[in-house]
Amino acid sequence: MRTLTFASRNTKEITRDLLTLIFGVAFPLVLLVLLSAINKSIPDGYGPTNFLIENLAPGITVFGLSFLSLFASMLIAKDRTTSFVLRLFTSPIRPAEFILGYTLPLLPMALVQSLVCYACALFFGLQLSANLLLAIVVNIPIAVVFIALGLLFGSVLSEKAVGGVCGALLTNLSAWFSNIWFDTSMVGGAFETVANILPFSHAVKAAQATVAGDYTAIFPDLWWVIAYAVVLTVAAVAVFAAKLKKN
Amino acid sequence: MEAIKTEKLVKKYKDKTAVKGLDLTVHQGELYGLLGVNGAGKSTTIKMLSCLTQPTSGDAQVMGHSVVKASDQVKAIMNVSPQETAVAAKLSVRENLEFIARIYGSDKKEAKAKADKMLEDFSMQEIEKSRAATLSGGWQRRLSIAMALITDPEVLFLDEPTLGLDVLARRELWNFISGLKGRMTIILTTHYLEEAESLCDRIGIMSRGELRAEGTAEELKAKAGTDNFEEAFIKIAGEGVQK
Repeated sequence: MRTLTFASRNTKEITRDLLTLIFGVAFPLVLLVLLSAINKSIPDGYGPTNFLIENLAPGITVFGLSFLSLFASMLIAKDRTTSFVLRLFTSPIRPAEFILGYTLPLLPMALVQSLVCYACALFFGLQLSANLLLAIVVNIPIAVVFIALGLLFGSVLSEKAVGGVCGALLTNLSAWFSNIWFDTSMVGGAFETVANILPFSHAVKAAQATVAGDYTAIFPDLWWVIAYAVVLTVAAVAVFAAKLKKN
Repeated sequence: MEAIKTEKLVKKYKDKTAVKGLDLTVHQGELYGLLGVNGAGKSTTIKMLSCLTQPTSGDAQVMGHSVVKASDQVKAIMNVSPQETAVAAKLSVRENLEFIARIYGSDKKEAKAKADKMLEDFSMQEIEKSRAATLSGGWQRRLSIAMALITDPEVLFLDEPTLGLDVLARRELWNFISGLKGRMTIILTTHYLEEAESLCDRIGIMSRGELRAEGTAEELKAKAGTDNFEEAFIKIAGEGVQK
């Protein structure tokens, strides 16, 4: 009950900031439109396979989810700067309820973001199939990874610092190591090893396999993502609890 | 019955001891004023009593529950109005009130009824749909206190409740706080000495992490050998008159 009440308050905080909402949904869409247009102007067989709509669309939906880190970190870091959080810290809400309360309102936003992105991709040649609905579901644990990362950073960094870390650094790192823009195996070496350790390329591969209907290829990568989602969420709760005690 | 009893409460921050073995007793239904100059240790004491920070050593019982071992029980029966206005900026006045009622366990219907009562008690019906961020400082402070009261706490901590309010708003709030006397135990911290003298049943004066003196305003004046409360405070807080 407390978690849902707190989540409801956070939903209102997010949805009443229209600029954030529009940015969250529109920016991935702009990228999808631009890259699809560029790809269309390249003769068949000459462009990178990453930019084929069946690879690009799931990649962009995952990239769009990286903005959830920024929203989550800003929300929690901003709360930490106000006396309102003192009121919450003296209330019966527990650390796990705090983290869940911050996570839940961002999941519908993730679903809407993915839905809009795939709907737009249909206009650029993506085949309509039930796999797209499944791909939206597959994006949920991926969204949790990004939200938990945001909550983790937002629990320890200032409101100003999280803008840089989650807005610039994390968004870029998750893009470089994701296989969306280029194949990390082309770089090879340590770069490829790091890409394979981090969850981002696994997230993109799972999303791409789902859209392609290659069900057997979804789970090795999705397990990787789910493990990250669980570990990062538990870490966010632990760090938040530690911050609460250290107050 | 004792609402609050601290036992050799100590809080250390690295090399600084903010509270030094505090032994304090507040009776149930009492309005207790905790005074002291900046850095005296009163805010740290409130933080420990409201489970915001753990004591380095010692313990405190709030309505019989230990702040160290039973913080969940303590949190359920007390509420705090922090020094700075503590409201959710993008929620309306009513939403803020109902939100707090619900996280303390009220269902939707009960939360609404409690919010109605607070809106009436604090004359906020006309602004119930306004977002907290759009309210003046005085109204935000009023809302912040209403949010602390909506849970019907057994123990209420009011940290500088009238800070920044104009004379009329302050006097109105004094009247309201006076009306709460006996219904709940209130710990009030303030820098306005006339506020403490006028409102509090008993007053404790802290200095350098220790309770220097406590008693009624009259007793403190007698102890300091003056008939002016401000002078008594300066003498006790400044010179460290023994308890």
